[in-house]
This record gives sequence, C-alpha cells and structure tokens, in this order.
Amino acid sequence: MTRRLGWFLAGGLLVALLLAGVVSNFASASPDGLDATAREGCTFDAGGEITSGTCMVQQEGAHQLSDSPLAGYGMRGIDNGFLSTALAGTAGVLITFGLGGGLFWLARRRKPAASSSDQAA
Amino acid sequence: METTAMHIANGIVDGPVSAVFAVFAVAALAVCVRKARTDLDERLAPMAGLVAAFIFAVQMLNFQVLPGVSGHLLGGTLAVILVGPWVGALCVSTVLIVQCLLFADGGLTALGLNITNMALLGTAAGYLLVVALLRFLPKTPAGLAATALIASIVSVVVASQGFVLEYALGGTTDLSLPLISGTMAGVHILIGIGEGLIAATTVATVAKVRPDLVYALRRFRKAATVSAIGASA
Repeated sequence: MTRRLGWFLAGGLLVALLLAGVVSNFASASPDGLDATAREGCTFDAGGEITSGTCMVQQEGAHQLSDSPLAGYGMRGIDNGFLSTALAGTAGVLITFGLGGGLFWLARRRKPAASSSDQAA
Repeated sequence: METTAMHIANGIVDGPVSAVFAVFAVAALAVCVRKARTDLDERLAPMAGLVAAFIFAVQMLNFQVLPGVSGHLLGGTLAVILVGPWVGALCVSTVLIVQCLLFADGGLTALGLNITNMALLGTAAGYLLVVALLRFLPKTPAGLAATALIASIVSVVVASQGFVLEYALGGTTDLSLPLISGTMAGVHILIGIGEGLIAATTVATVAKVRPDLVYALRRFRKAATVSAIGASA
C-alpha cells in the first residue's frame, strides 16, 4: 500500500467519521420507507403502541441482540442524545472499517511469489 | 434520533422463508468471496474497507422523502462503481452484519432477507445498469455521476421488491400484495433519487481525485478517455 493511497483512505475515513459522528444527529427521525410501509394500516398511540388496524409490524418480534451496548445507534449509559449517537456512529465506522478492511486484506490476491517475497510473514 | 429500525425486523416474514433466504444468502456470499479474490489486490482491499465504512456512515443519514417518511442510502450501486460487483456485495453485507449484531438493526432471523435484498439484489441490479449505461455515457466524472444516479434509483426499487417477494412467500399478516408492492415501489423511487444524488456526488469526487481507484473506470477502460481524465485531474 502506497503512502498516497494511505492519505486517500485517511481522508475518506475522516469524512465517514464526520457523517456518522456529527451529521447523523441531524438525520430525519421519521420511519424509513420499509418501516412506514410496514406500519401502514394500523393506527398508533403517542407511545408507538398499535391501537387498531392490520399492518405488518403487528407480528414484529424483539431483536435478539437488543441488549447490545450500541443497540439502536446509541451508546448505552450516555444520556446526552447527541453524544450517544456520535459515539455509536464513530464506533460503527471504525468497527466496519476494521472488520471489512481486515477481512478483505486477508482475502486479497497475493502477487506472484517472485515479486512478493518481502511480504511473506 | 429515535429512528432505530432501518431494515427488516424479526417476525415480519415467517421462520421457514427467513431460513431459506439465509441459506441462499450464505451460498451467494460464498460465491462472491471466490469471485472477489480475483479483484482484491493491495489497492482494492483497503479501498473496500473504506467503502463499507462509508456506507455504514451514510446509512445513518435518514433524509425526509414524504411527510412522516424517511429513507437512507442502501449503497449497492455506490459499492459496485467503486469496488466492483463481488467485492461490492461483500461490502454491503459487512455493513448489514455489523448493524444486525452490534446495533440491533435488522433482525438476526431476518439477516438473510436483508442481505438478499440490499447486498445481493440491489447490488446485482446496480451492476447490470452500470455496465449498460457506461456503454453510452462518457467515462468522465460527469458520466459516472449520471450512471450512479440512474443505477441507484433502479437498484433501490429492485431491492424494495425483493422484500415484497419475501413477504409474498412468508408474510405474517394478511395484507394486499399489490398494495404493498406499489407503496414500496413509490416510496423507494424517492429514496432512490436521494441515494442516487449521494452516490453520484461520491463517485464523481473519487473519479476527480483518484480515477485509478474507481473500479468502473478501470474495468470498462477501452477508449483512451480514462487516461485523459487521469491527465486532467
């Protein structure tokens, strides 16, 4: 990996961190297209509970991992909503980059043996 | 920010159908891993990690498309243009797996459904469109931006219809399928336009700064236009 690529990656990662860590706090809180469609047909009370009607989310079950410290894109234990989202977003970007980048690096095609003897490890 | 669910939750589609799609997703991802190794060199591997991280970040940015309805980028087309179809599908899958396991977004039982729709169907549709469009459109940042916009819209609508298919096979409530299909398609055209604008901006920026890092420009390099971009950037 060249230094020039390193700078590009650092810049891209910085943009991703700013988006997930800062801009994400200004994202719309409305249900997304799928969720809105799934709620169609039911009426909800202020607490989000179904009061009447037939809709897809009626049968929705709890997430098996809803106790995760990052569940719902917030850091558990942080009461400040902005900070909670910022920390969760930052963690998500770094974990995704680390996991994805690491696995892709392990799976990469090695150069022919002759030219990559210095990389054997 | 109250929005916490962005993908299919548990219980929306029944267990057997979810299991079938989980098996399908695992098999398809295994094929992707095999094929991706041809593309993954020392330049593409870290780039793919960045693309996954970027998609994770942008998926957090729900934008309003209708009163009370938002949408977010799915990322298939963006990934395909930057890192190719096989690696791209793996990038989107990585994001979905991290979201499911760490952020409790998208049910664990529904992971195969979500991967099938967004990482496989969406990416495949995006790739086919990109291949077709780059035959006509110039391989310049502007041509790439137009490609990303159009392909994103189609890709997002196709992904949304993947859900409709899954719901038709294993839906847990008795609702009108044409109605669900129409509602999903309508709202996802709007989401696709939003996704397309984000993807277009992103790929045009990378194409200006580092055209050599754009898979679609390397892969479909036939004319001398790519070296011209390189020289002018």
